[in-house]
Amino acid sequence: MMKKNIKYLAVLALGLMACEPEFDTPINESDVYKSGEANFSKYVALGNSLTAGFADGALYITGQENSYPNILSKQFALAGGGEFTQPLMADNAGGALLNGTQILDNRLVLVFGEDKNPIGPSVYTGANPTTEISSNLGGSFNNMGVPGAKSFHLVAAGYGNVGGVSAGLANPYYARFASSATATILGDALAQQPTFFSLWIGNNDILSYATSGGVGEDHNETNNIDPSTYGPNDITNTNAFAGVYSQMVDGLIANGAKGVLLSLPSVTSIPFFTTVPHNPIPMDALTAAGTNMAYAEYNGGLQQAFAALSMAAPGVFTAEELEKRTINFVEGQNAVVIIDEDLTDLGALNPAFAMLPKYRQATPSDLLVLTSSSVIGTRVDSNDPATTIGVGVPLEDKWVLTPEEQTAIENARSAYNATIVGLATAKGLAYYDAASDLAQAASSGIPTDGGIVTSEFASGGGFSLDGVHPTPRAHAIITNGIIDAVESKYGANLPSVNPGDYGTITVSNDVN
Amino acid sequence: MRKLLLLVVFVSVSFVTYAGGYRVSIQGQRALAMGHTGVAVVNSAELVFFNPAGLVYLEDKLNVSAGVSAVFTDVIYQNVENGISSQTDSSVGTPLNLYGSYKVNDWMSVGLGVYTPFGSEVAWPTDWSGSHLVNSIELAAIYVQPVVSLKLSDHFSIGGGPIYATGSVKFNRNASRTTTDIEGNRSNVSIEDSGVSSWGWSIGAMFNPTKDFHVGFNYRSEITIESEGGEAVFANFPNSPAAPANQTDGFKAELPLPAELTVGLSYEYKKWVFAFDYNRQFWDVYESLDIDFTNAANPDSNNPRNYENSSVYRLGLQYKTTDKITLRAGYYRDETPVQSGYFAPETPRNDSDGFTGGFSYAITPKLAIDASFLYVRFKEIDASYDFYQENGQSVPFKGTYKSSAFAPGLGLTYKM
Repeated sequence: MMKKNIKYLAVLALGLMACEPEFDTPINESDVYKSGEANFSKYVALGNSLTAGFADGALYITGQENSYPNILSKQFALAGGGEFTQPLMADNAGGALLNGTQILDNRLVLVFGEDKNPIGPSVYTGANPTTEISSNLGGSFNNMGVPGAKSFHLVAAGYGNVGGVSAGLANPYYARFASSATATILGDALAQQPTFFSLWIGNNDILSYATSGGVGEDHNETNNIDPSTYGPNDITNTNAFAGVYSQMVDGLIANGAKGVLLSLPSVTSIPFFTTVPHNPIPMDALTAAGTNMAYAEYNGGLQQAFAALSMAAPGVFTAEELEKRTINFVEGQNAVVIIDEDLTDLGALNPAFAMLPKYRQATPSDLLVLTSSSVIGTRVDSNDPATTIGVGVPLEDKWVLTPEEQTAIENARSAYNATIVGLATAKGLAYYDAASDLAQAASSGIPTDGGIVTSEFASGGGFSLDGVHPTPRAHAIITNGIIDAVESKYGANLPSVNPGDYGTITVSNDVN
Repeated sequence: MRKLLLLVVFVSVSFVTYAGGYRVSIQGQRALAMGHTGVAVVNSAELVFFNPAGLVYLEDKLNVSAGVSAVFTDVIYQNVENGISSQTDSSVGTPLNLYGSYKVNDWMSVGLGVYTPFGSEVAWPTDWSGSHLVNSIELAAIYVQPVVSLKLSDHFSIGGGPIYATGSVKFNRNASRTTTDIEGNRSNVSIEDSGVSSWGWSIGAMFNPTKDFHVGFNYRSEITIESEGGEAVFANFPNSPAAPANQTDGFKAELPLPAELTVGLSYEYKKWVFAFDYNRQFWDVYESLDIDFTNAANPDSNNPRNYENSSVYRLGLQYKTTDKITLRAGYYRDETPVQSGYFAPETPRNDSDGFTGGFSYAITPKLAIDASFLYVRFKEIDASYDFYQENGQSVPFKGTYKSSAFAPGLGLTYKM
């Protein structure tokens, strides 16, 4: 009888297998999602730090895992998408070594005080970096995003030559996985024969100029269209951009691949430029009077120069500029004193005024870079309050983006975006206007079920602690934007992601 | 940098329940085979649970029933909008029961029962999309109950007795949807407690209009399990004053094991027995699960449940084919106590239909093997839990669920 029972049990166990629940339309089996005219089997992402998943001033594993191409690939996987590989860093500390010497800093984390109030971002020191740039991972990764790359770098041979990294001739991130010392990013991408691609490049063609406070050259003024002669902080000539961008698109679609092009968001609305106010100097009446006395000579010189030059050369040194350059501190919040290269060179007009430097106080139209917060208010000579930076000693050009510099950036960006949208239309590619989503984050914010994502530094949820690069949550928003664009262009049907499921910034007190 | 001082970063820790709809109605192999009817079936010592009043009508001096089922449960989840799908680890629960009754004299029997009327075991993949509500849960309660059964006449009897309940719980969930340590490991909290005991009681009555017709009533009281000595473990939180420390804490929590009222009847006709039971389960005591951590720095957790009272309708049939073999079958309709918007994935139960069957084989006139099976069919349901909050904002967890449960069981009945 027991044997019989065992048989019954076997029958029951079989019945059990058949009893597993199943949905009427299971999402991973039935045709709930569709790729439409697109084919996601081999998706390759090209771009810069935004594509690589760079955040908090560093590239690290969890940032890479939350990069928009990686998130997107998981949604693609439900509509025929294949495996998606990334050149993952070795750790979550974020820095990197070249032949054992650290050349890249660790990531930033948000430090809190014991009163549970945030103090500010600081470099994570809880672990040493272990990523060795010289150990090459091979050239075949779906995510070909390379932090720091400008448009023309994608077609620059030798950009991944590890031998050129220490001299600044090559990119350490690409050196980790370039297929050879002479490989190009575009070449390594095309070698994978992508069926679908995303291209988000051009941000750094203006961003490095902006983050360096406009110390580079604007090659739309110089009309230099040879990027090989550019300095690291220059603005790429818009014709040079258009040429290299269309070369990339032509290469990518040569074998019939579909893809999506992304527009370039405004760089001046990111927290890197909007966090430090133009008037961060608090003063009492006495200090203000004293400071004004120190500038009395400069202010007086300006008056003399105006009196002399307005007669000799009317309209060059205007009353408007005179007022702009006159330094005046008052009780309360005061604007910093800055060096503005775009001011009139008074010594050139009349050698008698060569002693008058190009100083003025900042206005709300000036953008102080985030990193200026670490110098404003400090002293060049710690014993001499008169050497306080931003007061007695003006802020250098590199800390401030003046309206003229902002205009140069915006003009270039508009031209780049015109190229991008034009090519998307001409080549029948999907186009995602990432710029408009970022503009929304910067104005009203983007609502999610985890809160409204804004461009507010550290607390807004949209930007990581470097003030430039997006958080995982912002990457999720970008992913949804791409999905919408791909759906409408190619008739695909894809699941969106919920941005609230993705994190924002990382807190840690593991800092020295 | 002044703006930084105004930053507020929330690392919230709040708790969701360990269980819902956690009644497991498998308290006897013979009864289960008949749709878990039994309040008016005079058949075996299973009456200790179903209706102690009936024990006194059992013919034999000594009756023993023992049984165990293996409950295989699967739950699948998907969210079409976000392309997310998940499935629980097939868990095996083993509700067991042991009953004995002894006829002291013609008008009194005494009995003892050990049974497991509440329990839940669900394990979602760690860090799945609903992990901020639950990663895994194990809940079990064992009832030990002495009873006395008194015959007032051939037509009427009463019975009842105190219940000693002891419970245990293990539960893990993530702190929020996004909080991690520096390595990206999700911050999570586990709570564990066992040997939490409490007392309750049950009372029953049986009315026999004729020899073949029984009407039964049984009421089992609510028992509240109050956990005070348990351990909460905070793990993978970032090293920050803004987050709980990664250490062990104590906690207090209460979980009600609700009262159940049963009325039913049975009718014996030749070789047939027909039974009907109606259960009313008083789930409305389960309003909210509140977990109060000992360390004031760890935020307490309030999780609305707002269960409502629910009903189960049961039908059972028995047919005695030979002296040795008795066949049984049954059906029940189990209404969920979970209201719309309170559907949490730790025990995702919607209305279900249970189909049962089984048989007894008498090895000797004294000893029989009882076998049963239960298959529970749940309809696919689109549901959400709307009372999880992040940063003061309600974050519903939505999706489509489908569950199934299958429980083969074996038991022994001995009488002399």
